[in-house]
Amino acid sequence: MSKKFLLGKKIGMTSLITEDGEVIPVTVIEAGPCKVVKIQTPERDGYSSVLLGFVSIDEKKVSKPLQGFFKKQKVGAYRILSEFRTDEQHGVEVGQDISATTFEPQTKVNVRGRTIGRGFAGTIKRWNFRRGPMTHGSKSHRITGSIGAGTTPGRVLKGKKMAGRYGNDNVTIRNLAVVKVDASKNLLFVKGAVPGKRNGILEIEAA
Amino acid sequence: MSLTIQEIEKDQMKKNVPSVSEGDTVVVSKIITEGKKSRIQKYEGVVLKKQNTRSRTQITVRKVVDKIGVEKTFLLHSPLVEKIEVIKRGKTRRARLYYLRKRTGKKATRIKSAD
Repeated sequence: MSKKFLLGKKIGMTSLITEDGEVIPVTVIEAGPCKVVKIQTPERDGYSSVLLGFVSIDEKKVSKPLQGFFKKQKVGAYRILSEFRTDEQHGVEVGQDISATTFEPQTKVNVRGRTIGRGFAGTIKRWNFRRGPMTHGSKSHRITGSIGAGTTPGRVLKGKKMAGRYGNDNVTIRNLAVVKVDASKNLLFVKGAVPGKRNGILEIEAA
Repeated sequence: MSLTIQEIEKDQMKKNVPSVSEGDTVVVSKIITEGKKSRIQKYEGVVLKKQNTRSRTQITVRKVVDKIGVEKTFLLHSPLVEKIEVIKRGKTRRARLYYLRKRTGKKATRIKSAD
């Protein structure tokens, strides 16, 4: 298999204590088992990719168009579908199960997920601006401050950091080390933090 | 906290760790590795604080060496901490004994016995 990929669910963070007494901060991911639902080929689709299904559900619970698709693929219905771009030598077949054991300890992975949505956030939270004095007659507690000069240039420069929607973005954290793989519970222990809240869906790819 | 995390942390925890609390006088045996050799270093002192964080529970032990206060923090469930012996139980009115740092002489080590 040229490239390894998997879907997972974030369980939470904890620490692992190694035999040398080292404490490693880890994120626990319930990774797989995933089913290969469809394979896109360059001849038919113009590109090569693998469609994975995660969290098996009743076929009646998905929409009619998806029901038809799952019926055609004959692999059961899944709550989450995600496509992974690969080269042609991916070595997987439709209907194949992929579990957490595709990843080995001491390898690196890229983890992609949706960050926690913070809604409309001010410049302090969103861009790490500093706040003004809170007392001594100050009224500039958490305000944005100046957004540029006057007559020249006479406009606000594009890309100026201002308040706005923050979070709820897709973010990839690259080169996280796999510390441990628990095959029986389908758990993946990845060093460091990954995007999103608990129970968030993650796409994991070999780095 | 999810059940899975609780299980993982329970696996990490040692089963024979004695109950230690602030004010206790303890001897901690820690494995020290120097090159290829490893030996056990004993460290005796008063537990200044206990940080309860499940599998990462730590204790800070203070002792006075040549009039200089020394504080060491140990991970209770670390494999390097071989043994913890409680010599004396102490009775304290607070959970963090930082006031010991300011004390000198005999007062610095004296803590009411629990019995």
